[in-house]
Amino acid sequence: MSEPLTPATPAALAEAVRSHPRVLAVGAHTKPRLSQVPGEVTLLSTRALRGIVEYEPDEFTFSALAGTSVSEIGQALAEKGQYLPFDPLWLEAGATLGGTVASGVSGPGRFRFGGVRDFILGIRFVDGLGRLLRMGGKVVKNCAGFDLPKFMVGSLGRYGALTEVTFKVFPTPPSRLTLKLPTAGVEAAACLLTGAANSRWECDALELLPDGKTVCLRLAGPASAIEALSREILARWPGQTLSAAQADAAWAELREFRWTHPGGTLVKVAITPSAVASLHAATGALDGTRVHISAGGNVAFVSLPASAESTALQARLRDLGLPAVTLCGNGPLWCGARATPAVAAAVKHALDPHDRFPSTED
Amino acid sequence: MSDTLHRLAALLPPDRLLTRPAQLAAYESDALTAYRTRPLAVAIPETTDEVVALVRFCHQERLPFVARGSGTSLSGGSLPVADGIVIALNRLTRIRRLDAAQRIAIVEPGVVNAQVSLAAAPHGLHYAPDPSSALICTIGGNVAFNSGGAHCLKYGMTANHILGIKAVLPTGEVVEWGSASREQIGPDWCGLFNGNEGLFGIALEITLQLLPRAECYHTVLAGYRTLEQAGDAVSAVIASGLLPGAIEIMDALALDAAVAAVHSEYPPGCGAVLIVELEGPREVVATDRVRLDAIIAGSKPIEMRPARDADERMIIWKGRKSAFSAVGRLSPDFIVQDGVVPRRRLGEALRRIGEMSRETGIRVANVFHAGDGNLHPLILFDGRQAGALERAEALAGRILKLCIEMGGSITGEHGVGVEKLEYLPAMYNADEIDCMMRLRAAFDPLCIANPGKKFPRPSAR
Repeated sequence: MSEPLTPATPAALAEAVRSHPRVLAVGAHTKPRLSQVPGEVTLLSTRALRGIVEYEPDEFTFSALAGTSVSEIGQALAEKGQYLPFDPLWLEAGATLGGTVASGVSGPGRFRFGGVRDFILGIRFVDGLGRLLRMGGKVVKNCAGFDLPKFMVGSLGRYGALTEVTFKVFPTPPSRLTLKLPTAGVEAAACLLTGAANSRWECDALELLPDGKTVCLRLAGPASAIEALSREILARWPGQTLSAAQADAAWAELREFRWTHPGGTLVKVAITPSAVASLHAATGALDGTRVHISAGGNVAFVSLPASAESTALQARLRDLGLPAVTLCGNGPLWCGARATPAVAAAVKHALDPHDRFPSTED
Repeated sequence: MSDTLHRLAALLPPDRLLTRPAQLAAYESDALTAYRTRPLAVAIPETTDEVVALVRFCHQERLPFVARGSGTSLSGGSLPVADGIVIALNRLTRIRRLDAAQRIAIVEPGVVNAQVSLAAAPHGLHYAPDPSSALICTIGGNVAFNSGGAHCLKYGMTANHILGIKAVLPTGEVVEWGSASREQIGPDWCGLFNGNEGLFGIALEITLQLLPRAECYHTVLAGYRTLEQAGDAVSAVIASGLLPGAIEIMDALALDAAVAAVHSEYPPGCGAVLIVELEGPREVVATDRVRLDAIIAGSKPIEMRPARDADERMIIWKGRKSAFSAVGRLSPDFIVQDGVVPRRRLGEALRRIGEMSRETGIRVANVFHAGDGNLHPLILFDGRQAGALERAEALAGRILKLCIEMGGSITGEHGVGVEKLEYLPAMYNADEIDCMMRLRAAFDPLCIANPGKKFPRPSAR
């Protein structure tokens, strides 16, 4: 694989797509498996496509170039008392906005108001014909045209290269509280997740830690109100309120994937709360496997040691009927249950008729 | 009956295939009543298998089809095509599964929006998207047009609540996208399908996310002398960092209509009424309402009326949600516009719309989602007068162009349909439209699914 090109403008990126037979946009390589494709491919780094294009705090929207880091965005928003509620991942590792959209990963905050797909409003991207196109809008509500911005979430750069994204943002809640709730084990923890998700409390985040028995529950809102709510929660499930420093460390541990095996395989699985226990049981038999359950039991991140093959994990996910994608490591890109309808190939051909972007299978 | 219709008759019992003019008349238009087209036939399937068989038949015969729910589209989305059939989905009304623990419902496309929340209510859950037509519009139609409602700023549109879709595509292929999980793996096909306006086929089974019903509400109605003052109050609420569930405004003409239709009472002398609603756990609402009330009190309303109980809240919403139909009392016909402008330019947009109204002598009532800049100018006209529709449409067109100039959109939640066909090119350039046409062709190479909506119908067929 040759050195990545670093186009300095969206137009230069479009030109690079037109002048190379096979290309793939890459950000900060925080999910390296997604850009490990077989054969000769020219990587187009978005490193030079950085910066906020427009930020209108009164409108709850911003547009930024695809290579802008999520931490830079977070700082700019924080200055105006706003934030991206889905807690972008790999913040300290330098993850980019474009990579966050293309990989379709959202953090714990996605529990309350939704993930990347629920906050993306518009995109500018280069299609397989090398055309620089805008889709979606720059206002919080728009339904003119097809919703290609949503389609790009999780599309892994296989249908086009993002140059700019527009997001909706929300005002930052005045305060947050994190509770650590130990349980007897994964079944009890799964019950807790469901109970808390269906409560009146409107939890801000609800995570089952990789130990398989500790639930981290976050509340957000006016300080006096969430303190009252936390007392009610702790009366139902004994546990402790973390100090601000402890809470920051706990959320950073999850956000930066510090709990995973260094150099190992990391797989994202779409699950349901009812599958939490069965996924834990199925992966528990695999040596060294660690599982973090996110978003109240809707996402699982599975980490395998560097030495392990993902073959056994694939088989178990397929048995459970769960779809999955490999973010880091060497396993196959799609790692669980999967259907490939004929229209998927037709849509790939519509957006990328000359196969300039890698196959959706690699 | 043509040969095609004879072959079609083999798929359904005679009472579920309408072909006589008197039977077809009821399907000639939707809520965009200015447009009428008589279809060749109306097919009324009762099972999803029958829907699949009908679409496969259409594909085989190159027969255009238009899917229809309750026909509430304000953009003409379910207007029939003369050389095709209507597939009416009102009898696919089963809620197939309601899983309270996982907070999901799996429904057929003909299920009425409000029925979902009704079924979920015993479990303390609800379905968040609430178009004003929620009592009659169907989930299938909501998905096709990515419908909105009064709570979009905080909760998003229909697409944000759709987790999975099983659909039959115009090629006859049956696909399943997403699942009961709130997470997707791979491209967001469900997201792409939402808002397709019937061009990508027919949803057969839709998995909806349900949310716990808010424990507590605080709804405030405030009357202002002018629209500008109401607009300034919205800016102050937004700047405060509060995140209300809904922020709505009605102008004087819309208020008159609501008074006439549902006997709503508003503070006398109002040029505009603002409705703001907070919702959440009682402890949170108790704190936030103090801030909200202070902000509204500081915005110089003529009068401020917080709802004291659930009944008063319902009365406030009844006046707002009946506004469209209420305007029918003021005028025999009207067009509902759906443009979006950046929120900070709302005041300017309304002033310009007022100028256009005075200049043309055409009355315009305004009811809108102020929190997200989504305008709904109701352009009043009398269709019996020669040229009145054309003049109203010309004014509607000027308003849409204004929205685009201001950096907004031609449609926030009603879709392009047939009504805004000529304005899509003002939002997207030729390459962008070509890209969308390529996508459409990938789903529907024969161009038989709702042809002539969203994009002009190709002339050579």
